[in-house]
Amino acid sequence: MVEFALPKNSRITTGKTWPKPEGATNVRKFQIYRWNPDDGKNPQVDTYFLDMDKCGPMVLDALIKIKNEIDPTLTFRRSCREGICGSCAMNIDGINTLACIYGLDEVSGDVKIYPLPHMPVVKDLIPDLTHFYAQHASIMPWLETKTNRPAKEWKQSIEDRKKLDGLYECVMCASCSTSCPSYWWNGDRYLGPAALLHAYRWIIDSRDEATGERLDNLEDPFKLYRCHTIMNCAKTCPKGLNPAKAIANIKQMMVERNV
Amino acid sequence: MADVNRGNRPLSPHLTIYRPQMTSLSSIMVRITAIASLVFAVLVVWWFLAAATSPEAFAGIDGFLRSWLGKLLQLGATWAIFYHMLGRLRHVVWDLGYCLEVEISEKLGLCMFIVATALTLLIAIVV
Repeated sequence: MVEFALPKNSRITTGKTWPKPEGATNVRKFQIYRWNPDDGKNPQVDTYFLDMDKCGPMVLDALIKIKNEIDPTLTFRRSCREGICGSCAMNIDGINTLACIYGLDEVSGDVKIYPLPHMPVVKDLIPDLTHFYAQHASIMPWLETKTNRPAKEWKQSIEDRKKLDGLYECVMCASCSTSCPSYWWNGDRYLGPAALLHAYRWIIDSRDEATGERLDNLEDPFKLYRCHTIMNCAKTCPKGLNPAKAIANIKQMMVERNV
Repeated sequence: MADVNRGNRPLSPHLTIYRPQMTSLSSIMVRITAIASLVFAVLVVWWFLAAATSPEAFAGIDGFLRSWLGKLLQLGATWAIFYHMLGRLRHVVWDLGYCLEVEISEKLGLCMFIVATALTLLIAIVV
């Protein structure tokens, strides 16, 4: 359901302003969403100041610097620091992206950082992705075959393999799904761009033998058809993929098999 | 896993923090123009019904529609109908599998706005 306002326990208050670094000339302001499950308070936005002459180039560098030098309680996920694990997805400067590959020079003015939108917050910048992962699992993200297993491997022509380009690169960071207004309002039943991109990745895999079942599974007013081609997903994808196009292709296949 | 206060987790902010995009704005405008057109259609039906009722009833609504406010509403509704039509045409193009790249969709969004405005101005000049 569409609910524009945040629930009472989610309304954001002004938080703590941390001291500026001493003797720094190149100072930048960071406004970061904080929520602690243990203090019983509403979420708040804390303000930090960093000396940019002593900070790495990426948003993640700034977050790590804050955690190391100013506030060790600041909590966020990160791992690979090179855009391949998808852990540090968050809302930076109003769009969803990976903190590790988003440059501080790409942000104009103060750096505003929130968790991925419209998700339950575990702590600070960490959203609960349980439902998002369950939706991914529901589209059977594996090779389904019915014929006998070949002696060596399931083979694929170079042309057929090319169809997976622009799909297999997805790192499941959830940036796209949580940028989608349709997923905000109907995320309980609409699968969202990430899960649907993965669904399409297996539907068009020449080796997969469950295409019919996969399409049957998506033939649903909510699972697939809540996509209204708003395209926030494709616009925000930190890997430059286009889930909107993948979803449109699934819709076309639905039509084609009915005519 | 420890229960991290699961029942009372806040919902992260969404509409208020997400930067409006050309694609999302042009998309929501298609819906808004549909609702606006529908509201204006009520006025048109009222106009027809009044014409079938009595000369006095017709004069009332006709006078309103010909007032500056009524004319402004007509202009707005004309724009809304054109914009909505172009938006739906964009959906047809998308559903056929074309123009699904972000850059092209953004350009189409801008085109819808410009073409709807141009057509509305044309109607306003002609009528």
